[in-house]
Amino acid sequence: MNPFSSGTRLRDMIRAIRACKTAAEERAVVRKECASIRASISENDQDYMHRNLAKLMFIHMLGYPTHFGQMECLKLIASPGFPEKRIGYLGLMLLLDERQEVLMLVTNSIKQDLNHTNQYIVGLALCALGNICSAEMARDLAPEVERLLQFRDPNIRKKAALCTIRIIKKVPHLAENFINTAAALLKEKHHGVLITGAQLCTDMCKVSTEAHEHFRKKCLDGVVKLLRDLANSPYAPEYDISGITDPLLHIRLLRLLHVLGHGDADASDSMNDVLAQVATKTETNKNAGNAILYECVSTIMNIEDNGGLRVLAVNILGRFLSSRDNNIRYVALNMLMKAISLDSQAVQRHRATILECVKDTDASIRKRALELVYLLVNESNAKPLTKELVDYLEVSDPEFKGDLTAKICLIVEKFSPEKLWYIDQMVKVLSEAGNYVKDEVWHALIVVITNAPNLHGYTVRALYKAVQKSNEQETLVRVTVWCIGEYGEMLVGNAGMLDVEDPITVTEAEAVDLVETAIKRHSSDLTTQAMCLIALLKLSSRYPSCAKRINDIVLHQKGSLVLELQQRAIEFNSIIEKHGKIRSALVERMPVLDEATYSGRRAGSVPAVVSTSLGTQPKMSNGVAKPTSAPLVDLLDLGSDDVQAPSSSGGDFLNDLLGVDLSPASPGTNNQAPKNGTDALLDLLSIGAPTAQSSSSMLDMLSSEQDNKRSEGLLDNFASLSTSSAVSSSSMMDLLDGFGTSSSVPVAETGGPSYPSVVAFESSLLKVTFNFSKESGNPQTTIIEAQFVNKSPDIYSNFIFQAAVPKFLQLHLEPASGNTLPASGNGSITQKLKVSNSQHGKKSLVMRVRINYKANGEDVLEDGQISNFPHGL
Amino acid sequence: MGIRFVLMVNKQGQTRLAQYYEYLNIEERRALEGEIVRKCLTRNEQQCSFVEHRNYKVVYRRYASLFFLVGVDNEENELAILEFIHLLVETMDRHFGNVCELDIMFHLEKAHFMLEEMVMNGCIVETSKANILSPIQLLDKAS
Repeated sequence: MNPFSSGTRLRDMIRAIRACKTAAEERAVVRKECASIRASISENDQDYMHRNLAKLMFIHMLGYPTHFGQMECLKLIASPGFPEKRIGYLGLMLLLDERQEVLMLVTNSIKQDLNHTNQYIVGLALCALGNICSAEMARDLAPEVERLLQFRDPNIRKKAALCTIRIIKKVPHLAENFINTAAALLKEKHHGVLITGAQLCTDMCKVSTEAHEHFRKKCLDGVVKLLRDLANSPYAPEYDISGITDPLLHIRLLRLLHVLGHGDADASDSMNDVLAQVATKTETNKNAGNAILYECVSTIMNIEDNGGLRVLAVNILGRFLSSRDNNIRYVALNMLMKAISLDSQAVQRHRATILECVKDTDASIRKRALELVYLLVNESNAKPLTKELVDYLEVSDPEFKGDLTAKICLIVEKFSPEKLWYIDQMVKVLSEAGNYVKDEVWHALIVVITNAPNLHGYTVRALYKAVQKSNEQETLVRVTVWCIGEYGEMLVGNAGMLDVEDPITVTEAEAVDLVETAIKRHSSDLTTQAMCLIALLKLSSRYPSCAKRINDIVLHQKGSLVLELQQRAIEFNSIIEKHGKIRSALVERMPVLDEATYSGRRAGSVPAVVSTSLGTQPKMSNGVAKPTSAPLVDLLDLGSDDVQAPSSSGGDFLNDLLGVDLSPASPGTNNQAPKNGTDALLDLLSIGAPTAQSSSSMLDMLSSEQDNKRSEGLLDNFASLSTSSAVSSSSMMDLLDGFGTSSSVPVAETGGPSYPSVVAFESSLLKVTFNFSKESGNPQTTIIEAQFVNKSPDIYSNFIFQAAVPKFLQLHLEPASGNTLPASGNGSITQKLKVSNSQHGKKSLVMRVRINYKANGEDVLEDGQISNFPHGL
Repeated sequence: MGIRFVLMVNKQGQTRLAQYYEYLNIEERRALEGEIVRKCLTRNEQQCSFVEHRNYKVVYRRYASLFFLVGVDNEENELAILEFIHLLVETMDRHFGNVCELDIMFHLEKAHFMLEEMVMNGCIVETSKANILSPIQLLDKAS
């Protein structure tokens, strides 16, 4: 029976499946077929095995589970006939993968097949091995493959080469065995062997530096010659693709040259000629030619500098950019991104074309072009580029707006030459795409605004005008409302007019109108409404004539269903009505926010936020979602911490001042963070002691956590406010001191409580100190920084520290900072250790240490046991 | 490395051939195929043939009713992969004679054999159509 006339049965099944109209029908057909296949398998039906397997493969492709067929594959592979073996191997590669244990059973069959007389079968086995072998199989069969690399048949050699690639990927240290044979492959004539040989050499260079050196010395000339011959070769019908002989081989050889030349000037020199030849002579009207040119340019960019070649490469890219084929433009943009780091001048010349690409209809090209534009921006061209981008923002697609906005904001922030321009651009961006702007960005804007006192009036007026036109942009409304609150009297009084402005008249009533619309509009979200309430409070002091009206609006919010708004409304109402005397002091102008600290904080405080949520959540006893703390102390809402979104890392800082965060689902941290900030402010305003409730919960925290080193020295009254987010507390405390120390906090230290350092080991000659920190979020792992100090007058060399731990601990030692210890404590060596305690909480750490060093020409050995680790590690 | 997968999908989104060079389980495959196919099928003629998806790129080309999608690493030369796709199609054309979607469907194992001769472990093995087709023609003669 002809096994490959399986056509009818397989064909019938395929027809049946195609005829199914619904997914349920298809499932039914497949289930029936699977059942019959399973029956056939259990009967050990020899005739239909291959057919069943073919059907199984089809079913697998459709996405149904087919593991019952795996043993069938094995049986088929073991059978003597070629067709059965063929389909068995095919099934093996499709249905199995390297993680299955069944694969081990195949190893023996593959080994026999590798030694088979029929070279096609050898080829099959190599193919299978190359596609899915695991590390053990690789080790077992490596010698066979090595032998086959020198086989007489080129087809076998090429497959053996690819198999070798997989083997050395799985078991890198076997690479050395193959170096010589791989080099020999490059001297072949057969293109298949050449392609795979080049691929093998490229991969070996990545895996083993020894191989890299070898190839660079011995094979470079050979490869260059090969490429030259290939480029000059006459028409060869076998390998010809659109007029070029075997472009794929060209590309592989170029890739090999790339790897060999990278970082080595001599090698790069010897390649120059052939690269120049390929770059200039290849035809560019067909895709194959362009593919070769692209690879050539990529190689030129990555080898050592040769002025002429680089210029050539950038010119080619310029030509690509103006081509009409989208593929080529895409590829050119990609390459230009890498070229920028090497030669930005050349790329600047093509700025106009790149800008055009940002507006292209094709999404992939737009994305690439935008990234490239961002890399191109520098001080001189920031203004025109930004103008172009902002103009485009108005007409761009919604999906693209997000990316575009983010990039524009980044550019504006980095390169704005003056604050006026910055504010202008941001107002434009906010009016167009405010909803896509991230929180950090508009927070940063506010920081800048406060830092430009001469522009306050201008800013508030510009924002007012902008909001009239586009009041559905949420962030624009927020920023405007905040500014009106702060600088309301400038708006009305037209104070601080700049020359370029037209005067506008805004009455107090109109300003209050704006805020009222913002608060009443039902599309405003919680943050906006809360900000409006605060702004109203400030305005009630700045616009005495409207005080009654403002009070009415605030009163109205008293009945709001949202707790946050209700609370604020009640508080503010109480201030307006009963505490009129202190009101003006309360709502004085905000102090100027320090930009440098803000940006530093933003960069460094993301981990702090994360650890906050992890560290303090369990500690708070009341799980009630109470976003703000006791009423009286929360006047300026200094404390609300936005825990969830990492984007509010900087928002932490400003949220406090803007009184923003309202994430109702973060009970714990919100409760404790406000107290830190408000404590500072209480001090400032001498309003009074915090209510008993907040102080008791503060004390809870004090007792449950250990002192955090960083919080000491800041406002000693409330010094040991131990929170895991030291950064947020310290910066809030520092409201008076100009927002001092923040940022650059190593993650390890902010995660969880800290432990005092101990002197682990001390002898008359040596002192070892251990500093502890915990990895945030992982209480079982401790990071120990060991510091070794030399107490004797001799210099110690060959300093080696070894440690051993009991079974319930896992120790990982990182390399030491050095192995020479200067005398008498003039320097130290540090080494990091990571210890994981599987019995965390039950057993504390113990460690035996042994220290070896050479002093005065003789070897010294010290050892000891350390058991004074702090509890709880 | 290099090529991660090769898919042939028709215009309705049904997979006609799937060869993966890295391990993905069944649900992942389905999800992957669904996402990528949706992205590629919705693009029009003028747009470029490269789509970025997660951490790799998909190079695709449409031949009659069949889309050929090849997923590659980010460092791979996209234009070269386009050439490779064309080579694959031409090889199948030479073997089946005016290949169409049904040919691939009903002779799935032959299509797989061809692909296997051309790509191994994600790397291109052979670019000569004669060399690729010779084992397959031998097989046909033997049966």
